[in-house]
Amino acid sequence: MKKNSIIPQVKQVLGSKIINFFEKNPRRYYIEILSRDIVDSAKILFEDLGFRLSTASGVDSESHFEILYHFSYDPTGEIVSLRIKLDKTNPEVDSLTKIFPAAEWIEREIWEMLGINFKGHPNLKHLLLSDDWPKDKYPLREK
Amino acid sequence: MNTKKIIPIGPYHPLQEEAEFFKLYVDGEKVVDIEIEIGYNHRGIEQLSTTKHFDQVTFLVERICGICSTSHPFAYVNAVEDLLGIDIPVRAKYIRSIIGELERLHSHLLWLGLAGHFIGYNTVWMWSWKYRESVCDILELISGNRQHYAMFKIGGVRKDITKELIPQVEKMCNDLIPVVDMFKGAVMDDPVIHARLKGVGVLTKEDAIKYCVVGPTARASGIDIDVRRDDPYAAYGMVEFNIPVLNNGDVFDKAVVRILEMYESIKIINQCLSGLKKEPEGNIEIKVDFIQSGEGIGRHEAPRGEVFHYIRSDGSNRPVRHKIRAPSYMNVASNKVAAVGQTISDAAITLAAVDPCYCCTERSVAVDIGTNKVVYTWDDLIKLSQQKTESIKRQV
Repeated sequence: MKKNSIIPQVKQVLGSKIINFFEKNPRRYYIEILSRDIVDSAKILFEDLGFRLSTASGVDSESHFEILYHFSYDPTGEIVSLRIKLDKTNPEVDSLTKIFPAAEWIEREIWEMLGINFKGHPNLKHLLLSDDWPKDKYPLREK
Repeated sequence: MNTKKIIPIGPYHPLQEEAEFFKLYVDGEKVVDIEIEIGYNHRGIEQLSTTKHFDQVTFLVERICGICSTSHPFAYVNAVEDLLGIDIPVRAKYIRSIIGELERLHSHLLWLGLAGHFIGYNTVWMWSWKYRESVCDILELISGNRQHYAMFKIGGVRKDITKELIPQVEKMCNDLIPVVDMFKGAVMDDPVIHARLKGVGVLTKEDAIKYCVVGPTARASGIDIDVRRDDPYAAYGMVEFNIPVLNNGDVFDKAVVRILEMYESIKIINQCLSGLKKEPEGNIEIKVDFIQSGEGIGRHEAPRGEVFHYIRSDGSNRPVRHKIRAPSYMNVASNKVAAVGQTISDAAITLAAVDPCYCCTERSVAVDIGTNKVVYTWDDLIKLSQQKTESIKRQV
């Protein structure tokens, strides 16, 4: 862990929401939380601690979907990736766009690429794919 | 009577690099809303990357962008090395930073030329693109290529900068200092440019935080971030440089930030070249035979801001997931606030001020909703912008 690291504070504010904590190296942290906690956790990181959303990665890992929300803390150069796991049968999670508009595009992208529904997204339509892209065809889903 | 009009800019027009589509809703002269559509140039590189082995991906991601072609390989090798937990030789670190900074120089000069053209300063355009050529010459001298340098590989770089080359590169870089001085004077001492660009396309600090913008767009709005300093990689932890931060968030400050950054780039290159003189030649890579399963995140401060790569490996020779996020992805979205409330004649320069990677052929037209008639083409918009500059010039 670095000097002046933000991680002790992150651990404290997220508290019992943390299911799994992994320090890859002193600048890269992966924290798994439940999908229902994502709005609260993102809000705390963004508004209270001053994190910046770098991007989010949607991953199809065979048994489930994963979304990693990569939050950067620029004063120390640390990245906290909040990991949530979603069930394959009805993948959905609350949208973060109402907290910060920076999430709008990436949520639309994950929606069209992996078919994960973002509840409460104000503008959930195609971002990169064409508007007449066939429904239920998701390019980044594994066969 | 006011007719509400829509002005579409894009998906293709001749002055930028990638396809994007801006739909400006205008009320008289004022832009009241803006809708941004991207995806016209979607090539499925994230998916393609999972079909290539790790070494090939370096070349694949180099082709994401033709302007900042080294930014993606830079972030990608950082991500893989983060996954592996390895450290590369010092000499390779210096060479990486030199390439990264040369790219920043030519990219900023390119933007400066475009911005000059948009506001009717075609001399700035011609001159800055002329000097951009000399930066490409340096890159050609080092790598053999003017673009797509193919210098990066996992574990190091592919080509050394030998001691015979160093004085040449040093001289060519230092020759750029008076050039940057000239552009700095041309922008900062010209009352017309002040009148034309100050207070135009303002992105406030609050909005910049909400939209999570990066790079010069963020630094012109008072956000002091730079991956090179905050999360040092390559040689950036071993050299001294300043990060210019300005507070007004307008087009003027975005231009000044970029111009001041060029000085810092030259400073970094000079320090790296002196560093190279002390390191034994030839020690430019460590061998990587196997990439274990795991996750890695790599970042690079590209000319336009933070490039972000996330890589996941399952222990095979291909990534199972490769997420790529370019800086314009965050910056372009902020036009939603920066361009609204502006006049149409300021739209071109405001949209261009984030230095978007968005490409273009002549397709931008303004359509009157009522009559479905074309009102402005993109050329007309640039002309409008240039006319505004002319009228300010006459007043000054």
